[in-house]
Amino acid sequence: MKSIAAMATLLLASTSAFAAVHSVEAGPDAQERLQGALIEAQPGDVVEIGAGRFELTDGLSLDIDNVTIRGAGADETILDFTNQVGAGEGLMVTSDDVVLRDFAVENSRGDGIKSKEADRIVYDGVRVEWTNGPDPSNGAYGIYPVESTHVLVQNSRVIGASDAGIYVGQSQQIIVRHNMVTHNVAGIEIENSYFADVYENMATENTGGILVFDLPNLPQMGGHSVRVFRNLIQNNNTANFAPAGNIVANVPAGTGVMVMANRNVHVFENVIEEHGSSNVMLVAYTETFDDPNYEPTIRDVFIHSNVQGRAGYAPDFEGGTELAAAVGGTLPPVLWDGNGTAIVVNDEVPVLSLGLTSPGQSVAEAQPSMAELASDDVPAAPEAVVLPESMVAAVQ
Amino acid sequence: MTRTLAALFGWLALVSASTPASVATDLIAGDTLPRSLSDFRFFTDGIGQTPNDRVIGYELNTPLFSDYAVKNRFVYVPEGQTAGYNADGVFEFPVGSALIKSFGYLADFRNPDGDIRWIETRVLLRRESGWVALPYIWNADGSDAVLARAGRRLPASWIDADGEAQEISYRVPNQNQCKTCHARNGEIALIGPSARNLNDGTRLAQWVDWTILDRTPADAPRVPRWDDESDGTLDERARAYLDVNCAHCHNAAGSASNSGLFLTYEESNPVTRGILKRPVAAGRGSGGFDFDIEPGHPERSILLYRMEARDPGIAMPELGRELRHEEGIALIRRYIATMDNQG
Repeated sequence: MKSIAAMATLLLASTSAFAAVHSVEAGPDAQERLQGALIEAQPGDVVEIGAGRFELTDGLSLDIDNVTIRGAGADETILDFTNQVGAGEGLMVTSDDVVLRDFAVENSRGDGIKSKEADRIVYDGVRVEWTNGPDPSNGAYGIYPVESTHVLVQNSRVIGASDAGIYVGQSQQIIVRHNMVTHNVAGIEIENSYFADVYENMATENTGGILVFDLPNLPQMGGHSVRVFRNLIQNNNTANFAPAGNIVANVPAGTGVMVMANRNVHVFENVIEEHGSSNVMLVAYTETFDDPNYEPTIRDVFIHSNVQGRAGYAPDFEGGTELAAAVGGTLPPVLWDGNGTAIVVNDEVPVLSLGLTSPGQSVAEAQPSMAELASDDVPAAPEAVVLPESMVAAVQ
Repeated sequence: MTRTLAALFGWLALVSASTPASVATDLIAGDTLPRSLSDFRFFTDGIGQTPNDRVIGYELNTPLFSDYAVKNRFVYVPEGQTAGYNADGVFEFPVGSALIKSFGYLADFRNPDGDIRWIETRVLLRRESGWVALPYIWNADGSDAVLARAGRRLPASWIDADGEAQEISYRVPNQNQCKTCHARNGEIALIGPSARNLNDGTRLAQWVDWTILDRTPADAPRVPRWDDESDGTLDERARAYLDVNCAHCHNAAGSASNSGLFLTYEESNPVTRGILKRPVAAGRGSGGFDFDIEPGHPERSILLYRMEARDPGIAMPELGRELRHEEGIALIRRYIATMDNQG
């Protein structure tokens, strides 16, 4: 028995001997020292970035599995890309089982932090910010995991992204929780993804609060099974500042939740209020596309148990003002384009249907009417996303 | 006894001076990260770039643009082995092979035979575990190049072909950035040495003669030289240019796989090639335009907008380009301008 205990001690000692901490402090040559640590780290290691401002000129990248990058706090350790002259993002991660925590990325020229094909990635207590507020010259995405299985984004803040603050694309098994996203075009966006839980976030003063989209001509399409619940989605009325051409440039200012071209999306127990256009917008993809595998309508969407406040008082889309006038001065809090199947809205608020009959049809042809979408025949919700043990352990 | 030893050492010194040691195949195939480029013995004269035995210089029909840098490319295949011919992609190189590429600038591009200042040499080493990419930066005196895994920025200046003084902050990529361009499904892959981009009518046969390559069929494919108007159609030259300059990321298994924009030479779907394709994550890179390529309208095409940009949040490719490639831009502008408006 004693020998087993001794062996266990020995094993523990040898494990910790292998896991090294690489400390990097602010100062001259921060670029090369920090990037050097990110290259020399071994699986299991921690790259610890000290407090202070790190002046960086090029993107950083991590390509080693099972490495933690840890700062001294989201307001203490600042990776400052104000003078960036190279690379498309501040930090890029391309390896699995990575934990990013307690540091900030400021003013990167492109995206803030991107992780691609990085399975089981954790973003925890990270801040990404463009410090000059909403501006079309800001980078596109703040926190940007893509093409990954098992993604956790929590306790983080994103401010000023000219596309989406937190954008999860072409991924599956996703949890986005306890984040604060403000002054972005889209606060949180789940796109072309499967199985996502978005909960207990605060999305305020963006153009659109939380978006669930699917787009054509991409390697992963057919987004489905997304739950958006217990979020505070409030006052997302910032004028759209996305560069034209981007899909979010079409999101009307004053949008709380927008579901587009997606299936099996459940929106419940949120507080959604103070949105000039609409608290909840349910629409098909309207652009022309050439992709036989793409389905542009929404299906199996269930909206219930939300607390909905004032909405529809300043519609920011073509024909919106006339539409509002026609239905009594303000638009109802839920707006549906009329396309799609199995759409149930059990919130006790009126729903306006535009009465469109095909995706892409001009709003000029709308046949607006109040829609009765409440039903006792409610669809089953997607199952809760369960993360692997290793990720749960990483954030305990 | 002492005298005999002295004589022996003298003889050894003479022998080693007359026949330089061959390339250190064991270092290429091993698992260390040699600190100095000279350790590999690819060159017999350091920065002079005189190749050792079985280190063969080569060029490509259509090369990658890298801020107008001059490039020297070499391939090394160990004695007694050959690379395996492959019609579609890059060749299959045996363990112990290396690709060596030096980057530098002529002092004056109006004088191609004049001084070249070599900045860095990147090596790709074929090991049992796959390819490993390492950047080496040359000493100021050109005696050797030293491993710099984290990369570096170095000032570079030259007189360009028009007699204008140019100056940039030249980026030696870090080891991960090597992988950004060389990634295929997360593994490092070669880009340049494919049959179609090496084949100039004689080169592949030479490689077989030199026992670098195992065979070359008479019908080996070939892409045109992008800047030779007598070689291939405008469409073929433009697509060869995009293949070499973009498709290393923009392919289904590459760094830009999530974009759905694939610019490989063999891609046949027009939307996938960018024609009337809407951007996904372009951000400011969209330039306010709707499509990657709008036929007949280069001025409204995102692809050209990003080739023309120098802002790192907009510019494509993301790595290795600070300057605009004016000649490449002109080619792609013509390619889009002459496209049928109907796509």
